[in-house]
Amino acid sequence: MHYLDNSATTKPYKAVIETVSWMFEHTYANPASLHGLGFQAEQTAEDARKKLADELHAKPSEIIFTSGGTEANNLAIHGVVNRYQNRGKHIITSTIEHDSVYEVFQKLEQEGFAVTYLSVDENGMISLEELQASLTNETILVSVMHVNNEMGAVQPIAEIGHLLTGYPKVFFHVDAVQSFTKIPIDVQTMKIDLLSVSAHKFHGPKGIGALYLRKNKQIAPLLIGGGQEMGIRSGTLAVPLIAGMAKALEITIAKRESFLQNTHIWKTELLTSLTSLKRIRINGEKGVPYILNFSCVGLKSEVLVRALEDETVFVSSKSACSSKKESPSRVLLAMGRKRSEAISGIRISMGMLTTATDISHCQKALQNVIPTLQQWIKV
Amino acid sequence: MNWNVILIRYGELSLKGRNQKLFEDRLIRNIREKLKDYESVRVTREHGRLFVELGEHPAEPIMELLKDVFGIVSFSPAIRINSQIEEMEQTAANIFSSYPGISTFKVESRRADKRFPIRTGEINPRIGSYILDHFPHAKVDVHHPELEIKVEVRIKGTYIYGKETAGVGGLPVGTSGKVLLMLSGGIDSPVAGYLALKRGVELHAIHFHSHPFTSERAKQKVLDLSQTLTRFGGKIRLYVVPFTHIQTEIRKHCYENYSITIMRRMMLRIAEKVAKQYDLKALFTGESLGQVASQTLESLQAINDVTTIPILRPLISMDKTEIMQIAKKIGTYETSILPYEDCCTVFVPEQPKTKPTIKVCEREEQKMEVEELVSEAVEGIEIVDFHL
Repeated sequence: MHYLDNSATTKPYKAVIETVSWMFEHTYANPASLHGLGFQAEQTAEDARKKLADELHAKPSEIIFTSGGTEANNLAIHGVVNRYQNRGKHIITSTIEHDSVYEVFQKLEQEGFAVTYLSVDENGMISLEELQASLTNETILVSVMHVNNEMGAVQPIAEIGHLLTGYPKVFFHVDAVQSFTKIPIDVQTMKIDLLSVSAHKFHGPKGIGALYLRKNKQIAPLLIGGGQEMGIRSGTLAVPLIAGMAKALEITIAKRESFLQNTHIWKTELLTSLTSLKRIRINGEKGVPYILNFSCVGLKSEVLVRALEDETVFVSSKSACSSKKESPSRVLLAMGRKRSEAISGIRISMGMLTTATDISHCQKALQNVIPTLQQWIKV
Repeated sequence: MNWNVILIRYGELSLKGRNQKLFEDRLIRNIREKLKDYESVRVTREHGRLFVELGEHPAEPIMELLKDVFGIVSFSPAIRINSQIEEMEQTAANIFSSYPGISTFKVESRRADKRFPIRTGEINPRIGSYILDHFPHAKVDVHHPELEIKVEVRIKGTYIYGKETAGVGGLPVGTSGKVLLMLSGGIDSPVAGYLALKRGVELHAIHFHSHPFTSERAKQKVLDLSQTLTRFGGKIRLYVVPFTHIQTEIRKHCYENYSITIMRRMMLRIAEKVAKQYDLKALFTGESLGQVASQTLESLQAINDVTTIPILRPLISMDKTEIMQIAKKIGTYETSILPYEDCCTVFVPEQPKTKPTIKVCEREEQKMEVEELVSEAVEGIEIVDFHL
């Protein structure tokens, strides 16, 4: 089996499974409890918090554990607007955000917020000029993702952060779910106020993530209860999952350098291989090395996904097939791709456990499958 | 109410002799199958009447299940008691009070056990006045009562009945032979299957799968629909036919605007072969005249031409809304509308021919190895069995 859908989720490391399992059995106490077992659980969570903070060049007190990326994004956005809408009702994001940001902005727009959706160019990049021109006295939040989950474009986070230092009223939120641990992030130099991460994207457990919140910045909580995480995220900490996330972080960082080198070579190989085929359009070529997206024009993505599965290669599509309801990729459309291209996008995404064999096998499978299927398609 | 039996009424008037016996035996078997999860509940027959003996079980969930059994015309819950007039009065009063909001009633009694000392003409007024005495709002209405309390004095005891509920009618499944339903994942074909079951057939179904052009989820839909139909059919056998090669061959060789017609002809050829192999007497389809291009009279003629097996189309004159109503009633609608198609748009022509001719179909098909393709598809069939 050649699993190349690592942007959807990753296989947990063995060490992560062992850590989580051990913790479930031994460190089950509530970290808020006053007895020794509780203290032990608290220590475990605090160690993990420090590891996450170190990776971001942040302080442990700036890390809030959440149930994952979706919750972190929701907490960041709702947290800012719920608290500061009296300062202004204008918020900015991009057209290529993940649904857990994009849909929240859509909802806020319905509720009366003025929303600017920054456009992207054909490489999937936003423009700093457009951002600057969009900022008003009413603006309270800018939310831009670091690495795009569908085609891998990397936004100029440091430049955006720098630009926003001139607008002290504006919170800067970054959805870093696809980049955290794979690309170094420094919240200080990048001037980030809020940043979302999720463990299962870097071989950690599902159901755990975190939000970085800059010191002395306040946001409104989504969940009210026992007042954990400084009152910003009530709920008993999932200590075993938190420990698993820290373990995954540690292992991933150690592999990072070779991962980036390898995936760079592999992406280049795959791209070269793809260009020998007909009617292929690459989407976001300049993005991160571990995500590759292409459209096989005329061939709906889900058909290709299933055909590749027959060759034991597992990749992703963004569009669901149905003669009645075709759903083209919103991200590819935003990059100016035609509808026929946006319903045929295929994403190959690599992880820390991806091997050269996976890539060569995938390459062969693409060469086998695409020309065969292309015989039957209408163009 | 603590009902202890349910009386089941069944049978079409025309049934006679051996058919009647067959019908009854099968109906009892089907009811037992439907109620198999209720171990202590028994189904009995006496003097040409069917009873469900409830034991300690409440009647309501069992009456719900009986609503799905074809061959039942109606049923009524009842209480069986000793044939003693005081007990009869009290029970009738309890039944009356168990239907809130009802005030007009009528008592109708039969005395099959002539040993019972009180005559029919006297039983009615005794029970009636007992109810009137105990419920000030109660009123007798012999012409249009809201509740008719039936009392039957029989040798085994006296039965007092509650309200009659209509059953689904039809014939017991398994009394009319076996048929093959062309089952897609859409709204229509499961409804056609339901209506086939209504006339007492044992249902087999055939589905065409075109991996990788159609998804596993589309196939799962058909599996789910088959399972849903067991609610009425007891057991259903599904033949899943690998259809990709035929699709691509049609694509390769035939006129694009004839592709749907030829595809349907190929499906029918395969279905006929399966039907012959498994002794299935007819095909059922969900076609409705004029609904889509492949369901015009010309299309039906061109498609039908490849086979002599009867093709029965219970939806032929129904409107889509009528079909949808039945689909909702039988619980297939929600599954059918899931967005996974049985035939991916890859193979749907821009302009399918609405008036295809047999001559062109035959000419186009000469470009393909029809016999071999059909045999290959039949050999690749995967059989899945479903039961209640």
